[in-house]
Amino acid sequence: MTPRIEMKDVQKSFGAKHVLRGVNLSIAPGESMVIIGGSGTGKSVALKCVLGLIQPDAGQILVDGKPNTSGNRDEFLARFGMLFQGAALFDSVSVWENVAFRLRRGKQKLPKADAREIAIEKLRRVGLTPDVADLFPAELSGGMQKRVGLARAIASEPEIIFFDEPTTGLDPIMSGVINELVRELVTEIGATAMTITHDMTSVRAIADTVAMIHDGKIRWTGPIGDLDTSPDPYVDQFIHGRATGPIEAVR
Amino acid sequence: MLLAVQGFLASIGAAVLGLCRATGSVVLFAVSGVSHIFRPPFYFGELGRQLLRIGFFSLPVVGLTALFTGGALALQIFAGGSRFNAESVVPSIVAIGMVRELGPVLGGLMVAGRVSASIAAELGTMRVTEQIDALTTLSTNPMKFLVAPRLLAATIALPLLVLVGDIIGIMGGFLVGVGRLEFNPATYINTTVDFLEVGDVTSGLVKAAVFGFIVALMGCYQGYNSGRGAQGVGRATTNAVVSASVLILAANYMLTEVFFTA
Ligand SMILES: Nc1ncnc2c1ncn2[C@@H]1O[C@H](COP(=O)(O)OP(=O)(O)O)[C@@H](O)[C@H]1O
Ligand SMILES: [Mg+2]
Repeated sequence: MTPRIEMKDVQKSFGAKHVLRGVNLSIAPGESMVIIGGSGTGKSVALKCVLGLIQPDAGQILVDGKPNTSGNRDEFLARFGMLFQGAALFDSVSVWENVAFRLRRGKQKLPKADAREIAIEKLRRVGLTPDVADLFPAELSGGMQKRVGLARAIASEPEIIFFDEPTTGLDPIMSGVINELVRELVTEIGATAMTITHDMTSVRAIADTVAMIHDGKIRWTGPIGDLDTSPDPYVDQFIHGRATGPIEAVR
Repeated sequence: MLLAVQGFLASIGAAVLGLCRATGSVVLFAVSGVSHIFRPPFYFGELGRQLLRIGFFSLPVVGLTALFTGGALALQIFAGGSRFNAESVVPSIVAIGMVRELGPVLGGLMVAGRVSASIAAELGTMRVTEQIDALTTLSTNPMKFLVAPRLLAATIALPLLVLVGDIIGIMGGFLVGVGRLEFNPATYINTTVDFLEVGDVTSGLVKAAVFGFIVALMGCYQGYNSGRGAQGVGRATTNAVVSASVLILAANYMLTEVFFTA
């Protein structure tokens, strides 16, 4: 079966800093892949490379077997939903207009009332009440902004969803709600998900497969069931959060 | 010694190359931005908002600048003219000076300070908070959604602003002329109208359109390519104002060459 997303030897440097040094990764349709790894190891950069927001210096990225730069860009992007690490809400428009942003433009543009209704429904799914709909992003807490970003990412029901640290800054209960939501999207809608997280509870709740990135490469990848028994010392140190081990604490 | 010379030449070379690269990327950015003005989808709501922000809300600044400049101009020309017993030229020179030169240039510079700074800060913040990336992922081309409406709005708004500024500036001259310099009001107005030609006004408005484009272009370019963090946005804002102001003055000289030396 053709993988939904395949990264082949993807490399990216910023100036003298080699962030990605040959990432190889493959995600099957309908699979939930979780990427773990220390902060600053290039996890967000990898996601942005797939979306074409960052041009890799070398390597190939295939979506359904076709290079991500080929074909119609609008149609390509319409298949994706992305939650950015910092939520990236548009601060000049209200919460519901953020969530309904894509629904309100393009070929399948919805009337205002319908779009608003969908936005409120999506907000409910991320645990937000309808009264936040008319607030502006600046009036929300960080965790609420994150959840609005999540609602926006899933509003148009994309086939492929990227979550960059969806539970960072949320309380444990809200994290649970979000983990469940991600799981639901994958099992019910059949979406393909790629989630970056540092939260081991999330990893266990969300993942079908796990990939650990270290030093610009995929250090280990395998099904979630094998994570705890992985012989890799890097993985072991990371999932148990030990200060000592092969991964340097000062980076 | 040789090494020092080489180093010196190399640094000049690097600076020249850097300048060429920057110019090239500004030109590419401008071409892309302008091409999006003419290709659908069109964001009329955005255009309206930008017209309001760039045009309407700049009126007080441009109006006050013009008023005081017109007044000062009348005093200066009166003082200068009296050396040749030519005080009667005040109304016509005030009008020509305002309409051809000071209206567009000072209006352009004031708007450069106000608008290109705010555009650069806005787009720069959107860049560093990943809002520009988010637009792309939501199938909205940021060049079309953010840049094109600002370019178009500023190119339309500045001539209108300058036209209003011209009128207010001439009025400033009139107030000083009549109030302080004892001109007859009717004579002042008649001389102004008689001497002013349509070409004087239109050349000034063409200048204003070019300056408007420069203001929006530099604001958008610097903001869009802002560096990371608050520092990056700060630098983008400063660069926008400085580059827009310098380009306005350079473009003004060139346009004046084109319009008035034939
Ligand atoms: N646009 C950029 N320009 C320069 N450096 C960048 C850029 N984006 C990311 N980086 C650098 O790449 C590295 C990886 O960043 P990132 O992918 O955000 O890390 P993380 O794994 O925590 O998500 C960091 O050192 C960061 O400074
Ligand atoms: Mg990150």
